[in-house]
Amino acid sequence: MAVNEFDFTAVEKRLGVSRRTFLKFCTGVAASLGLSSKAGMAMAEAVADPQRRPPVIWLHGQECTGPSESLLRSEQPSLEHLILDLISLDYHQTLDSGAGHQVEAIKKKAMRENKGKYLLVIEGAIPLANDGIFCKIGGETMVDITNEAAEHAAAIVAFGSCASWGGVQSADPNPTGAVGAPQLLSGKTVVTIPGCPPNPANFIGTVLYFVTYGKLPPIDEKGRPKWAYGRLIHENCYRRPHFDAGRFAEEFGDEGHRKGYCLYKLGCKGPETYNNCPSLEFNNVGGGVWPIGVGHPCFGCSEGGVGFSKPLFSLADVKTHTPPNMFPSIDDREGGAGISTGAAAITGAAIGLAVGATAMAAKKLDAKERNEN
Amino acid sequence: MKRRDFLKASLGGTAALLGSGAAEARGNLEPAEDAIGMLFDATLCIGCKACVSKCKEVNGMPPVAMGDETQYDAARDLSPQTLNVIKVYTEGEGLHKDQTVDGFAFEKRSCMHCVDPGCVSVCPVTALRRHPKTGIVTYDADACIGCRTCMVGCPYNVPQFDYRNPFGEIHKCQMCNQAGVERVDKGMITGCAEVCPTGATLFGSRKALLEEARQRMTLTAGELYNYPRGDVRSPDSHHEKAAPSYQQHIWGEREAGGTNVMHVSAIAFDKLGMPPLGERSYASISETVQHTLYSYLALPAVALAGLTFVVRRNTRDDEGGDS
Amino acid sequence: MSEHQALKRPIITLPFLLLAAVALIGLYFLAIRFTSGMGFVTNLNSGYAWGIWVVYDIVVGTALACGGYALAITVYVMNRGEYHPLIRPALLASLLGYALGGLGAFIDMGRWWQFYNIFLPWHMNFNSVMLEVGLCVAAYILVLFIEFSPAFLEKFGANRLLKSLNKVLFAIIALGVLLPTMHQSSLGSMLIAMGYKVHPLWQSLHIQPLLAVLTALIMGFAVVVFEASFTAVGFRRPSETPLLTGLGKGVVGLLSLYLIIRFVELLLRGKLGLIFAGDLGSWMFLLETALFIFPLLVLLSPDRRQRGPYLLYAAVSMLFAGTLYRFNAFLINYDPGPGYSYFPSVSEIMVTAGVVAIEIMAYLFLVKKFPVLHSADPA
Repeated sequence: MAVNEFDFTAVEKRLGVSRRTFLKFCTGVAASLGLSSKAGMAMAEAVADPQRRPPVIWLHGQECTGPSESLLRSEQPSLEHLILDLISLDYHQTLDSGAGHQVEAIKKKAMRENKGKYLLVIEGAIPLANDGIFCKIGGETMVDITNEAAEHAAAIVAFGSCASWGGVQSADPNPTGAVGAPQLLSGKTVVTIPGCPPNPANFIGTVLYFVTYGKLPPIDEKGRPKWAYGRLIHENCYRRPHFDAGRFAEEFGDEGHRKGYCLYKLGCKGPETYNNCPSLEFNNVGGGVWPIGVGHPCFGCSEGGVGFSKPLFSLADVKTHTPPNMFPSIDDREGGAGISTGAAAITGAAIGLAVGATAMAAKKLDAKERNEN
Repeated sequence: MKRRDFLKASLGGTAALLGSGAAEARGNLEPAEDAIGMLFDATLCIGCKACVSKCKEVNGMPPVAMGDETQYDAARDLSPQTLNVIKVYTEGEGLHKDQTVDGFAFEKRSCMHCVDPGCVSVCPVTALRRHPKTGIVTYDADACIGCRTCMVGCPYNVPQFDYRNPFGEIHKCQMCNQAGVERVDKGMITGCAEVCPTGATLFGSRKALLEEARQRMTLTAGELYNYPRGDVRSPDSHHEKAAPSYQQHIWGEREAGGTNVMHVSAIAFDKLGMPPLGERSYASISETVQHTLYSYLALPAVALAGLTFVVRRNTRDDEGGDS
Repeated sequence: MSEHQALKRPIITLPFLLLAAVALIGLYFLAIRFTSGMGFVTNLNSGYAWGIWVVYDIVVGTALACGGYALAITVYVMNRGEYHPLIRPALLASLLGYALGGLGAFIDMGRWWQFYNIFLPWHMNFNSVMLEVGLCVAAYILVLFIEFSPAFLEKFGANRLLKSLNKVLFAIIALGVLLPTMHQSSLGSMLIAMGYKVHPLWQSLHIQPLLAVLTALIMGFAVVVFEASFTAVGFRRPSETPLLTGLGKGVVGLLSLYLIIRFVELLLRGKLGLIFAGDLGSWMFLLETALFIFPLLVLLSPDRRQRGPYLLYAAVSMLFAGTLYRFNAFLINYDPGPGYSYFPSVSEIMVTAGVVAIEIMAYLFLVKKFPVLHSADPA
């Protein structure tokens, strides 16, 4: 169906947003996924079609509900409707108006009815210690709840650092034995959207992709969508030129800090944290609203083994280097030229001349001596 | 003189030369008592090139263009415009820092400030000198004739002649203490050590740096160590980091008589482009031979006396025969 | 006076004009070198600081100019007066070779306007081999000029000056033997400081000076034979073969001595295996050694020693051998480390070719205008 012919009136009515706002949102998401505007249109159609909205089961483990909060506090008016209308949110412990046995029953019913079709979103870590007693809902442990929900899910998304790799409660000494969903559900594909809080755009984009194409976007070995987590913060950071030039803030409030120098020496974990914060920022209000933008070093919230693990102000291990920071190899040298054909020819000619002249002289000498004798 | 005598004499001379070579050998020079230097810990280097950029600022040197455009300094090696450069070692996939296989590592190239510098030994006009107190190898363009023997005699290929200038000169690191800069004399530390965010380039006296380097050799991999930044004796700050698996080798402790700029690394130094050097400096061998032959010009003087006598006798014969 | 005579032939000949053309091209590039910088003419880089201007013009060029040195030893030290007729042309070739070697050094000197610093005692570094070479070469050029000056004095009939010069000439001649011994050996010593950069087959450390003097002498004798042969052919003069035969005999001794020392050094330092390593170094060594052994084999036979063509072949082989020995040590098998490369540029070669052309032109001019060649036997 051609986009132009598509009737958006139903969408406009249902979501309470103008056709223009709606399309802008969809193409924007497509662009941040690195897809064409045509894909944006495809997404718009997918969203507009109530039949294609996937049912979603949303679980909460050990966490602060930060991911849900960040999602709900997306910037533009009415967009929370849009987000929630992208999906058919059948079960969400903090958003459901109902409570108790009623809700649990709805969840079971939804899972039964949409077997193999529903999207499972996990928010929060899963404690394994002492048979998982540290997190129970409706008398069941989070371990059991997660395993049960995961069994017939069409796709599983771990939203937030807690669900992705354990988050703050998995920090040493980790008394509850908290792990992320991928660790519990080993063997299943779990898309992770780490961050504390995660950027809602990364979630929306991933879900929209799933809704539109019926499959998950390309992910890395840690389950992170490559379009969002493919690069180190260091690589896109606008303070990077200061790093390259060796201009560092030495302490908070010093001259370098006020001038916006690189925060590496203050313990910025940008060089070892994969995320797209420098390009997306937070809350879509502009003005550099994200940690490094407001003058605080990145603490690696989305990176397992960095956030909540490494001391806040310890130096990061610089993971990789990309242009403009290219490095000459050990044996690279300035200047130096190979043999030119001309030079080789002249050298050859000179040696040839010497040999030829010698041969000729020897011949004449021979003749001469014969004559003289 | 009969030919036999001549051959005998020349063989005798050769034997004397070879024999005395061992007897009067000049050993390696010793480090200056208060020599200053730097310690480069390749495992701490993060490749930020702050040192390269600061070096250019201190020494007033332009960036090296890549192709026609100068957007960033694209120095590939030491050059008349670059006295200090960070290079990279990569092997296989080049993913893991300080790992020999499939790894990468950064390495700094700059003057090593040899304890027994080849460049100083070979320079005919004393344009290159080892400062008696600091041990810094300095260059004096007003003395230099541009013969470039220093470049040939430097085991690290450090001195750089500016070929693309009709009045070019040699360029090399002088530890930020050359006339007009004099950072060390003013009590400051070298530019590269000052800006290094991790203390990979550490400034200090050779003794203190050697002590620090030896301390690092004793660390087991993973052990937390408090790394100083700036000046080893009075660091600006420290940062704690798990020690890497160091090669048990302090480059510059002994190589060719030792250097004031020393390196430690987790990767063997030959892979980081360090030359194949023994403990004896080539300068000491060269000077041994030279001094054996020319000590107080004694040998040439005796030879000249002998030659004069022989030639005078023989030319007399000639004259007698001819006229 | 009757001993030597000018050739009295026309100066401007076709070869002379061709040489002039080469010289002009060289001068053109020299102009660029002095106005823009060496980098615009040469392929020199930070690894190869010395190119053919040093290695050919100075290191090889002065060895090719050792004819005067070799004959001075033969005639004045070993008292073989019979070779005296050969000495003046050899001195001329030496004078020109060394003078142009000096010119080459000046051309190659990056800060040439300060060249005199090498003569200022407060700048001198007595540990430097380069200083010794520089001073000795400068002094030897002066000595060669004085040694050769009788040719000018005879031409201009300055008999009194000639007489007084002859009285002190013995001292100059003695210097003329000592100085080349000193700086030719030092050209070898220079390799010591280059250390590992010189291929082990050529890095003989303490033996360097001895090998350098021996090769200089071998090349010196070879160049006398070469020059005499070409003069005989080129100027259609009677051949000097009977004289050269004796030199050939002496060269056999030198060659043998050189080869023995060379191989004993390799044996004692355990480097013989490198000869057959199959790399550039080993091939170059084999070629170089073959060029040294070939003349030895030729000259061992008394019959062949009496034949001009064989002497010439042997001489040219020795010239190539000595040249290759020095090129190998200083350039071809000089390796400052991975990543560096050097081959002379066309303009760089043309400057050297220009210098050589000027040398030959000057030689042709002088032998035609001044009493250099000994008077031909009245035929």
